[in-house]
Amino acid sequence: MTTTTAAPLRLEGVSKHFGGVTAIQRFDLEVAPGEIVALVGDNGAGKSTLVKIISGLYQPSEGTIEINGEQVTFRDAADARAKGVEVVYQDLALVDLQPVYMNLFLGRELRRGPLRVLDRKEMARQTQQLVEDLDVRIPSARALLGDLSGGQRQGIAIARATHWASGLVLMDEPTAALGVAETAKVEEVILKLKSRGAAVLIVSHNLDQVFRIADRVTVLRRGTQVGTRPTAGTDKNEVIGMITGLSS
Amino acid sequence: MTTTAPARDADREAAPTGRAPRALRRPEVGAAVAALAVLVFFAVVAEQFLTPSGIGTWLNSASRFGIMAVAVAMLMIGGEFDLSAGAMTGATGLLVGVATTGYGLNVWVAVLVALVVAVAIGALNGFLVVRTGLPSFIVTLGTFFVLQGIDLALVKLVYGQVAVQGFSDVPYFDSVRPLFGGVIRVGGASISVSVLWFLAVTAVATLVLLRTRAGNWVFAVGGAQASARATGVPVARTKIGLFMTTAGAGWLVGMISLFQSSTVQSSTGVGDEFIYIICAVVGGCLLTGGYGSAVGAALGALIYGMTRQGVVYAGWDSNWLYAFLGVMLLAAVLVNNWVRQRAERLR
Repeated sequence: MTTTTAAPLRLEGVSKHFGGVTAIQRFDLEVAPGEIVALVGDNGAGKSTLVKIISGLYQPSEGTIEINGEQVTFRDAADARAKGVEVVYQDLALVDLQPVYMNLFLGRELRRGPLRVLDRKEMARQTQQLVEDLDVRIPSARALLGDLSGGQRQGIAIARATHWASGLVLMDEPTAALGVAETAKVEEVILKLKSRGAAVLIVSHNLDQVFRIADRVTVLRRGTQVGTRPTAGTDKNEVIGMITGLSS
Repeated sequence: MTTTAPARDADREAAPTGRAPRALRRPEVGAAVAALAVLVFFAVVAEQFLTPSGIGTWLNSASRFGIMAVAVAMLMIGGEFDLSAGAMTGATGLLVGVATTGYGLNVWVAVLVALVVAVAIGALNGFLVVRTGLPSFIVTLGTFFVLQGIDLALVKLVYGQVAVQGFSDVPYFDSVRPLFGGVIRVGGASISVSVLWFLAVTAVATLVLLRTRAGNWVFAVGGAQASARATGVPVARTKIGLFMTTAGAGWLVGMISLFQSSTVQSSTGVGDEFIYIICAVVGGCLLTGGYGSAVGAALGALIYGMTRQGVVYAGWDSNWLYAFLGVMLLAAVLVNNWVRQRAERLR
């Protein structure tokens, strides 16, 4: 594990209390460029809370967050985005009635000319290029999003995160709703991100997937970080033991 | 921090897609076909219909509904309704009428005050909807009744009757009139200045919706509010702006009807809110938001204006208008429903 100060994500002693309830207790993690770290744990272990803290929806009660070596305090999701943290949401945050390219640029539309009119052509061009680079197979950047399949939609959500992320891409169960073939396709896209040097933190329930794509896995149990292991140096049984606390 | 994709030399063309099918998917196509059919129909059954004076009359009628229909369509694309839109046209007219004839306020000042009041009420509608998360249907139904009640009570209080009296005698009336109630002679036809307003409003709304970032946000907040918020679209600002726009359009139509007829009644505009929604839906707006067009709503209003006057020219009982409207609405909703199912099928 590298300890350069310019890690895309570095969490130190992050805790979150809701009233008297401790949701996250002293969580530490560093994600390097080109590294995929999986965050696993049972339902209610605090995975979503942690994702919300990193994406700016919650503020940590204690601890520090560093993005690319800079300590940050996010007031909301827009703050986190401005620092280059992109999230692939479970519900995808896509608009069905708009074309693919507009989904990629929604909220950050490209404009041209003195009248600042939308530059649809350029947005479509960049989108086309991006989906080709990531090998997300869609009919066209101008296709209506609602006409795409589940795997294609997920691919678009990930492509959007890739396009805008300068630090970290957070993924919350990116393949939960997909079939086997589509999951494989999305995993390919995630590995493409890694090869482009993105830091990826992925929440997953699917341990086979974790071992297929992640470099390291960190386990949460009831808000406590049980441990972090390189996937090459552990196995499913050990991780399951860490998640359940039964045979670790 | 990079905010754009790495540029690349090879400027690949986007995958070619057929132009004709895409054009046919525009929301206003159905309304354009229907408008043409209505035009031809009344041209055949009523000989007055295509005379210069006939055209001037139905254009004027269409313009007063069209300005509102375009604003209401934008609001509907943004996923909201404004049931106070009709009453707003009466309330702004009454405000100017009462302030000038009843209290001697300068008519120019009164017109501007009415604009400020209208936009403030629109902002309040928007604020209530955004803050409470209540359906705009209910919030604006409340505003509608408040406005109607004030309209009735205020006019009765000042005049003891239900209409503003003596408005054309107020000082400077003639200096404001050309702006809202003017008439332009084109050939043998008298075209109301409201028709120009109608064209301008439709053009500006279309440009905003299709060419600007704010317009794009309108489609996004109506189509998928949670997604829009998650991607950083200012949802509250967009929606409040839409309600203010609708109220501003209500002011414009209020001024037009006031200066065209030199009077205004306390019931002016009441009931018209549904006509606006019908025009917008006929023009291709989905009731669920996220889809529609300003041109479509303008065409919907044109259909309404043509039918309203066409029925009169054809010498029929004007009550048939409502039956026709109902049929148009149902047909439009069925077509829209089919469009939405197309958009939602698959996955």
